[in-house]
Amino acid sequence: MSARPTGTTPASQDELLAHFDGLIAAGETVEPRDWMPDGYRRMMIRQVAQHAHSEIIGMQPEGAWLTRAPSLYRKSVLIAKVQDEAGHGMYLYSAAETLGVDRAALLDALHQGQQRASATFNHPALTWADTGAIAWLTDGAAVINQAPLCRTSYGPYARAMRRVCQEEAFHVRQGYDLMRTLCEGTPEQKAMAQDAVDRWWLPAVALMFGPPDTEAGGADARAAALGAAVSRRAMAWGIKRHTNDELRQRFVDSCVPQAERLGLVLPDPAIRWNEERGHHDFTPVDWDLYRAALGEDTHWSRQRLAHRRAAHEDGAWVREASAAYAARFGADGPPPPPAPDPETASKAGAGPAAVEDVRGGAGERA
Amino acid sequence: MTTSTDQAPADEAARADAHLAVHLLRLGDDALVLGQRLCRWITRAPTIEEDMALSNIALDLIGHARTLLALSGEADGTGRTEDEFAFTRSDREFTNALLTELPCGDFAVTVARQLVYAHYAVLYYEALADRADLRLAAFGERAAKEVAFHRTHADNWALRLGLGTPESARRMQRGLEQVWPYAAELFDEDEVTRHVVAAGTAPSPAPLHPVWQRRVGEVVTRAGLTVPTPRWRAGGGRAGLHTEEFGPLIADMQSVHRQFPGGRW
Ligand SMILES: [Fe+2]
Ligand SMILES: [Fe+2]
Repeated sequence: MSARPTGTTPASQDELLAHFDGLIAAGETVEPRDWMPDGYRRMMIRQVAQHAHSEIIGMQPEGAWLTRAPSLYRKSVLIAKVQDEAGHGMYLYSAAETLGVDRAALLDALHQGQQRASATFNHPALTWADTGAIAWLTDGAAVINQAPLCRTSYGPYARAMRRVCQEEAFHVRQGYDLMRTLCEGTPEQKAMAQDAVDRWWLPAVALMFGPPDTEAGGADARAAALGAAVSRRAMAWGIKRHTNDELRQRFVDSCVPQAERLGLVLPDPAIRWNEERGHHDFTPVDWDLYRAALGEDTHWSRQRLAHRRAAHEDGAWVREASAAYAARFGADGPPPPPAPDPETASKAGAGPAAVEDVRGGAGERA
Repeated sequence: MTTSTDQAPADEAARADAHLAVHLLRLGDDALVLGQRLCRWITRAPTIEEDMALSNIALDLIGHARTLLALSGEADGTGRTEDEFAFTRSDREFTNALLTELPCGDFAVTVARQLVYAHYAVLYYEALADRADLRLAAFGERAAKEVAFHRTHADNWALRLGLGTPESARRMQRGLEQVWPYAAELFDEDEVTRHVVAAGTAPSPAPLHPVWQRRVGEVVTRAGLTVPTPRWRAGGGRAGLHTEEFGPLIADMQSVHRQFPGGRW
């Protein structure tokens, strides 16, 4: 529980800001009822909304393979995963609502293209192995990205992320397991796995971490300065804890040994261990590479949005019915039907006793 | 070595198991095909909550299918796995009731089908929990609890749509009309069910039909809708005679599995 200004006289802007800065400096969480600078609120809404949208849009590439999963075990795992992602979207929209924007408005903003999901999912899932590559690489990137967010300064977001992170880590293990099974299968299965990694590596490494924000990460001096300024502000507010490039490096370092164990090649010839740095070198995600990976306003970015919009529009009459029903009956629903006349009821075999009768009947046959 | 005197009972036991195997296959195919159909809603539901609810139901159904298909493979003595049943049979070898393979239609059609199936499944799995061998009874008990949630979900939506707006009521009534002729097949009795009932290995669904009619009738009436009185009824699924929409469903489901002969998943 965070401390709040006390006293009865309204606090001045300066006092409010000092209180807010105090919370951040002390590493305490900012809670919905705390005063916060507009810039903080805007940045937080933007980040939480984009994150929520990404969970929802991110259901699509894998969702497209639900009907084709090649074993019933994998089908179950995939249904559960896509369901988890929907759940993540829900937690995050709820967190965003504590900042004073409602879910319907955020969804409208997504549907009208005013807000976006991560461009990672503007890529097609072309084969079954893509579901494994997505879970292993993009959920893997999400875990690295999101682990520090479990300690982000805004309380509801941090708490949502703690639940999300646990499930994401589970998705990564399942994705890795799927890839391992393919790699231990027929040559054709292994080739399918490699092809998927070839296509999902760049979206994961470039887009899951955001644009380059350090010169070391491949930004030129001006871009690095701009990226660093944005990151610095987010870090000063305790929204972010690390630069994009720092997290990206962490991701590459974690993937290299995993890919080696799988016998898969990460599609970046520059990857090699750098003894001096204690990290793997890799091709810097410079702005050109980043833009190339973005795939903005392409077939797939339009497709993802169109799919989402169609679901929303097709469901409009259902949501209207729900709202009308709730307005009419509240939470209790319509009154129960009048109790049946006992005589006809016994003839028709009403009530739980009748079920026993029926089961008895079935038993007698046996 | 067998003499002619102990030949007969052994054959009978084998036949009884074969009947049970077919019966379990039917139940498993119902769950599998309905679960497969429901997958289509995931990412396309009217709300995110419904994406989650329908995922949950699909997940339960696939779980039921996995148990039932594996048990069928044991019962028929072939040791076939759940995946062999799901991915290597031709569409003519599937024995699901036609209700489960109907295309999803709009949300009201889906709710109507869930209403029909879930009310049936609760009754049947409860009966299974009472009347089957231990393993099957344990499955019935667990599955009955899960489909009871599906039934609540369907009941709630039938009410909301029936009493929501004029449009939702119209669609819900149309959904009921669409699926109702396919309900009776779930309760059919034939050679196979008569054998499993006689052997005491599983109950027949037929005696559950009146209770089912009363229960779904209550929900439909409470939702301000009319119980349809179709002039025809569907059948044939148990004999592998399916709708034209079924071939593409199976082709889609089996496509990856069949594309990689000898693959392990
Ligand atoms: Fe997620
Ligand atoms: Fe995930």
